[in-house]
Amino acid sequence: MVTGENREATTERGIQVRAVERRFGKKLVLQAIDFDIRPAEVFGLLGPSGSGKTTLVKLIAGIDEATRGVVTVEGVQMPRRDMLGRIGYMAQSDALYEELTAKENLTFFASLFGLKGKDRARRIEEVMELVNLTDSSRKLVSAYSGGMKRRLSLAIALLHRPGVLILDEPTVGIDPVLRMAIWQELRAMKDEGTTIVVTTHVMDEAEKCDRLGMIRDGRLISVGSPEELKAHTQTVNLEAAFLAYGGVRA
Amino acid sequence: MRIRALVVRIWRQLFHDKRTIALMLIAPIFILTLVWLVFNGSTYHPKIGLVNVPSRVSTVLQNEDATVTKYTSTADALAALKAQKLDAYIDYQSGRLQVELEGSDPSKSKAVLLDLQKLELKLSGEEVQQAAKAVQQLQTQVQAMAKAQAQHTGVGQPTGQTGQSGQATGQLTQPGTQLGTATHPAPPQLKQPTIKYLYGSANMSSFDNFGPVLIGFFAFFFVFMVSGISFLKERTTGTLERLVATPIRRWEIVTGYVLGFGAFTTVQAALIAWYSVDVLGMMMTGQFISLLVVTLLLSLTALTLGVFLSTFANSEFQMMQFIPLIIVPQVFFSGLFNLDTMAVWLRWLSHIMPLYYGGDALRNIMIRGESLSSVRGDLVVLLGLSIVFMGLNVVTLRKYRKV
Repeated sequence: MVTGENREATTERGIQVRAVERRFGKKLVLQAIDFDIRPAEVFGLLGPSGSGKTTLVKLIAGIDEATRGVVTVEGVQMPRRDMLGRIGYMAQSDALYEELTAKENLTFFASLFGLKGKDRARRIEEVMELVNLTDSSRKLVSAYSGGMKRRLSLAIALLHRPGVLILDEPTVGIDPVLRMAIWQELRAMKDEGTTIVVTTHVMDEAEKCDRLGMIRDGRLISVGSPEELKAHTQTVNLEAAFLAYGGVRA
Repeated sequence: MRIRALVVRIWRQLFHDKRTIALMLIAPIFILTLVWLVFNGSTYHPKIGLVNVPSRVSTVLQNEDATVTKYTSTADALAALKAQKLDAYIDYQSGRLQVELEGSDPSKSKAVLLDLQKLELKLSGEEVQQAAKAVQQLQTQVQAMAKAQAQHTGVGQPTGQTGQSGQATGQLTQPGTQLGTATHPAPPQLKQPTIKYLYGSANMSSFDNFGPVLIGFFAFFFVFMVSGISFLKERTTGTLERLVATPIRRWEIVTGYVLGFGAFTTVQAALIAWYSVDVLGMMMTGQFISLLVVTLLLSLTALTLGVFLSTFANSEFQMMQFIPLIIVPQVFFSGLFNLDTMAVWLRWLSHIMPLYYGGDALRNIMIRGESLSSVRGDLVVLLGLSIVFMGLNVVTLRKYRKV
């Protein structure tokens, strides 16, 4: 298994996941998960649906608690309520108030994160521009298309300029042009020091990450940069690498 | 700050959902009006058929506002009764009145029986008056005799004599109206007692009686459904999960819900109360503000209970399933129907139903003019229940975020 080589340097900041296990009743959803996410990197969690990606990011986001093991975000052991203000989370399903306008949704969440007055208004404009929804900000969300809802969810996650951004399948239903724009923005945020965790099951998106964790059946089967993973398995693409780690030779 | 954001959001959601606002504001008014129309009409005038009956009887019945129809034969009257044109017919045969009731509607039967009772009272009253006259005559005779004899030993004699006439009238009158002793001849007041009402009045309709409970019921029902479904949607659409990914505290969520819907319920309660009292003329002897306080506390209970129970529902349809389980039993135990006739072991059930306390307090305020302090027992229970449900809500939210 390829793991981070500078583990000591990253223990204070970034994200550490140590021997994490999560059970729902008798069902074992995650087991023996152990990895680090370095500060200011884009870390991808790659795996098929049902593999436990969402459960894992919920543990990191501090919404859920591990049955066993420890998750640390920026030196603080999760879950901690006050850490939620420093984490931006975009859930897999668009959790939006459909009977409100986009702007009202943003205002609500911005207020929950303690933004107020002019700062709030300016930030709302910024994120709406970022996801290209400025023209539709006064529309009811129920009138939004799937892609627009996804973008609005992303805008909400970015509102409070979080130091850690967790995105669960962020680009599903978003067209290629916008997807490129979003990735550019993620890179820019990363350059400013934001740690970004992205889950995906799309291989070409995984290629854009600095490092990747591959998950299958609740186990982390490998961690490393896309190049490292391909080199280690002597494969030409991530899909083949994933299969190789899963014990299947393409 | 976060609570305020939540309150503002709930208000905005309601504002965008005009149909739900309409439901919460107009539906209670609509149903109250219907109930008012049905129950506030004048008293029922029974339709009575008469066969061969002395004209005195028919005059008395007509004076009692019964609709009287005369038939020549019993068979005709029976046919009319079968055709539901009559509620009863009275047949006079060999010196006796025979009454046959249609009988399928107890309230109509009662109306007929009430008129018959009045008839009996009137008829016997006439005889009593005659008897009383006779007694007076006897008394004057006796007194004259006594004077004439100038002896004071003859007291037993007149008693015996009036006793006879008393027996004679006793056959005609009810036992209670039997004449007193000869030395105290029956005063006319005995037949027509002065009637006083401690609360209410002779003009009080049944609408006045259960109106207060209805006000409470609407406050309870609509708030329960709307807040329950609203919170359920928060769960099913995933926004609750999104909400707990922000630094909001669990109790802040519950408080925000209570204040957001509470503010709206205040408007609703004020509107329902104002409409019932000022437009429909529901009896209101207490203070309007007391009525509002009770309604508000009742809706608070409904709100917190609705939010709590929504945890056990996975869809709007499952939320509706709480109506027969939670709402309907409360209607039966709320005092809308008399609980005193219920088995004792069943009666304690009412003490676990919020609507029972709300209905009791509202009745005391509206009909008996009580102040808030005299219904504080009810208020304490309602507030206590709300606090318990709020606590349970905070605990059940742990399911969505551990901290």
